[in-house]
Amino acid sequence: MPETPPPVRRSKAIPVPPVAQSASEKTLPLRINGKTYYHEGDPDMPLLWYLRDVLRLTGTKYGCGIGYCGACTVLIDGKAQRACLTPVKALVDQDVTTIEGLAGAELHPLQQAWIEEDVAQCGYCQAGQILAAADLLRRNPRPSDEDIDKLPNLCRCGTYPRIRKAIQRAAQALAETKK
Amino acid sequence: MSGLTRRRFLVVSAAASGALLVGWRSASAQQRLPYLGAREEAQGLGPFIRIDKDGTVIIGARATEIGQGVKTSLPMLIAEELDADWNRVRVEQLPYGYIDTEQGPGDKYGDQGAGGSDNIPSAWKDLRQAGATARALLVQAAAEQWDLPPEQLRTEAGYVIAPDGRRLGYGELVGAAAALDPPKDPVPLKKPQQFRIVGRPTRTVDAREIVTGRTQYGIDAYLADALVAVMLRCPHLDGTVDKVDDSETRRVPGVRDVVVIAGPAPDAPIDGVLASGVAVLADDTWAALQGRDKLKVEWKPGPWSAESNAALAARANELLDQDQGAIAVRRDGDFAKAFRQAAIRLEARYEMPFLAHATMEPPAALVSIEQDKALLIGSLQSPGGASRVINALTGIPRKDIEIRLTRAGGGFGRRLKNDYVAEAVRIAQAAGKPIKLLWTREDDLQHDFYRPFGVHALRAGLDRKKKLVAWSHRCAATPRNYRDSGMKDRPLYAGCLEADDFPAGLVANLEKTFFPVASGMPRGWWRAPLHTFHAFAVQSFLDEIAVATKQDAVQLRLELLGPPRRIPYSGHGGPTFDTGRLAGVLTLAADKIGWQDKRRDGHGLGIACHFTFGGYAAHAFEVSVEGSELVIHRAVCAVDVGRVINPLGLEAQMIGGTIDGVSTALNLAITVKDGRVTQRNFPDYPLLRMAQAPRNVEVYIVDSTAEPSGAGEIGIPSAAPALANAVYAATTVRVRKLPLLPELKRLL
Ligand code: FES
Ligand code: FES
Repeated sequence: MPETPPPVRRSKAIPVPPVAQSASEKTLPLRINGKTYYHEGDPDMPLLWYLRDVLRLTGTKYGCGIGYCGACTVLIDGKAQRACLTPVKALVDQDVTTIEGLAGAELHPLQQAWIEEDVAQCGYCQAGQILAAADLLRRNPRPSDEDIDKLPNLCRCGTYPRIRKAIQRAAQALAETKK
Repeated sequence: MSGLTRRRFLVVSAAASGALLVGWRSASAQQRLPYLGAREEAQGLGPFIRIDKDGTVIIGARATEIGQGVKTSLPMLIAEELDADWNRVRVEQLPYGYIDTEQGPGDKYGDQGAGGSDNIPSAWKDLRQAGATARALLVQAAAEQWDLPPEQLRTEAGYVIAPDGRRLGYGELVGAAAALDPPKDPVPLKKPQQFRIVGRPTRTVDAREIVTGRTQYGIDAYLADALVAVMLRCPHLDGTVDKVDDSETRRVPGVRDVVVIAGPAPDAPIDGVLASGVAVLADDTWAALQGRDKLKVEWKPGPWSAESNAALAARANELLDQDQGAIAVRRDGDFAKAFRQAAIRLEARYEMPFLAHATMEPPAALVSIEQDKALLIGSLQSPGGASRVINALTGIPRKDIEIRLTRAGGGFGRRLKNDYVAEAVRIAQAAGKPIKLLWTREDDLQHDFYRPFGVHALRAGLDRKKKLVAWSHRCAATPRNYRDSGMKDRPLYAGCLEADDFPAGLVANLEKTFFPVASGMPRGWWRAPLHTFHAFAVQSFLDEIAVATKQDAVQLRLELLGPPRRIPYSGHGGPTFDTGRLAGVLTLAADKIGWQDKRRDGHGLGIACHFTFGGYAAHAFEVSVEGSELVIHRAVCAVDVGRVINPLGLEAQMIGGTIDGVSTALNLAITVKDGRVTQRNFPDYPLLRMAQAPRNVEVYIVDSTAEPSGAGEIGIPSAAPALANAVYAATTVRVRKLPLLPELKRLL
């Protein structure tokens, strides 16, 4: 099982949990890609199936369902997490970012680098790869090859060398914008 | 759409021969634009090309995209001959195009499947003509408008240009062009020196959608009223459902139904579903999965309950020892005599495991069956096969079966089987509702059409000058040709041994023999199927010969290949095999890895080469073994696939093929015990991760003007033997059984 990096203290303000307005006390407020949704179903439902079946945010993929492959990686308060193992009830007061919510007005530098390095083959694992890389760059803006080696996500098509290049390219681009 | 009804469409469809049938059909037969994103005012020039008034060219991608890059490379061929501006091209996936013809079932868009690395060679024949024909019509329309002979006009990047420099954009001309009679004969194609798009590194057309999570795969399809289905399949090979207690399942909130699906009879072809089982239908995936967990099913084990890998290996070796039940595949000269008389005699056996495809996107299918029509949305490799399966199960005419193609999360041959489509149809029929069937990873590893298991026994005789004079390749394996009605006319060894594969035709006395081993494991095509299966044995054995006779492994192969020439090759990818091209990639890989330079510090070099489906590749690795850890320092792949359509895509396939080859060789095996598959999820079937993969795969592409071949499979067969040969060079430990790492640990 991959080592999960130590949690990083969140610096931004916790969004105010919405008061149970007209919805019943049982609804669960979930903040996903900057929007609040109220879940009325099973609070144990894994975030993966909530995103896909309920919100139809299908960019987050199923690959193994046991936390091993990383296809379902999302950012929870900026940290890469496995949506297949995260019940929605654990998400109260946390910010979830999926691949659909990664870009702002412009693509995230990682997305741009992924395009430029032409990383994707089938593409199925790539949302998870990009979000895992986003977490890596947040912790370590200039990752070495050894740091990149620690990324645990599987790619059946064998795109690892181009993923490596894309991360380095994005790190470079981020460093330049900071100058 | 009324504006379109009187417009006539050029129909360009490929005959089986690859020749083009160009004809007219009225637009009314094609009421709906098949493209999901095309604007309605975009005008059609044949089924593959729509041009918007603003000059945007929309090209229809016909083949199923499984990560091999055809959604980019095939439209490049059309755009090239159309002389479009690639920056203004948008590619849209075409649906499966079935038509009834006088000769029977037909393919409106040509072959849409993905298998045998066929897409590029067939598109090279027909899709370029589709682009060229459309271009000819645009030129003709401009010629009429300017009142100039068409021969005086030229085209460039979306414009027709007159001798005096006047220009008309394709968007301005398309209306007039669509009303013209198409040329009766095929129009001339560009000369290679005129290519502007073919041969240029081109990024995948879906890149932006992929990195923003907007690409739709089969598993991402939803229909408002469809239930989600997951199925518990019998874990015993050919076992059946005995008793089902679904009372707790039905209590799970959201679960709507439970249905039992019968599997194929033990001796019947596996043309429909793969296994017996119990399907749970629910409002969402989570409810369906919980419901499935709560099923209590008793199974009847079926006829294979004694099957195990150990027993299969023992049986294979026994058949080889006793020379029992042999099927001759090829015989040249007199092997027995030449071997007896040889100055040097060598032999070795190699064991290959069953393999699962483990596509990152597991099988899934959304189907809706109505009285007289059906809809399927799924990740497929054989949409024609899916259409036949639905027709067989429902009786709905194939023309009324709509199949929408999506990008597929990997294929590797898994999706050439449409068992999951059959399952979805059967469940939908039983439930009387549209359903979306989802396979979990456990389902996928436990119920696949596995790459065959087998043992290869090789013998070689060399004369005093260390020249190979006798070669025997006997293979005892679970035949790929097993309960597959598509293969009923093929020999039992098809898919395990190929008569003309290297070194056939190069050694005077040669025999190839096959021994079928009975097994209940379903078998199928697995990326470069028989080539990954036997090249490991052949290329490892050549290395053993080189070591035993103190010859250079590259030189030995080059001498065997002899002068550059074409020799007959009856297998897929023929009709000939070019010894010079194989020697070319071998030499290139050797040069690039620095074959002649001595390695120190426990580093070792290994090399191998292979011909597959019209392409030639060689791999070379530099490795060391530190403790029990294998480190790959360099990975080199040299490839010759003839003319290169998209160098960036070709490089991706070679990187991916090499890593797939390494990943599979190092760690992957499906094993069977007590008639059940042992592996359950990725921890037991550990694909390579970033840390274990070579940091870089150096790809060297031979500049060639030969007819292009596909590239999805050639990048894998020589990877495993080159790696094992490098491990030998580094450690003097010869690994003759895959997967390599557990075997290496055992031997060290
Ligand atoms: S699906 Fe969540 S880690 Fe594989
Ligand atoms: S690109 Fe296909 S699984 Fe990674």
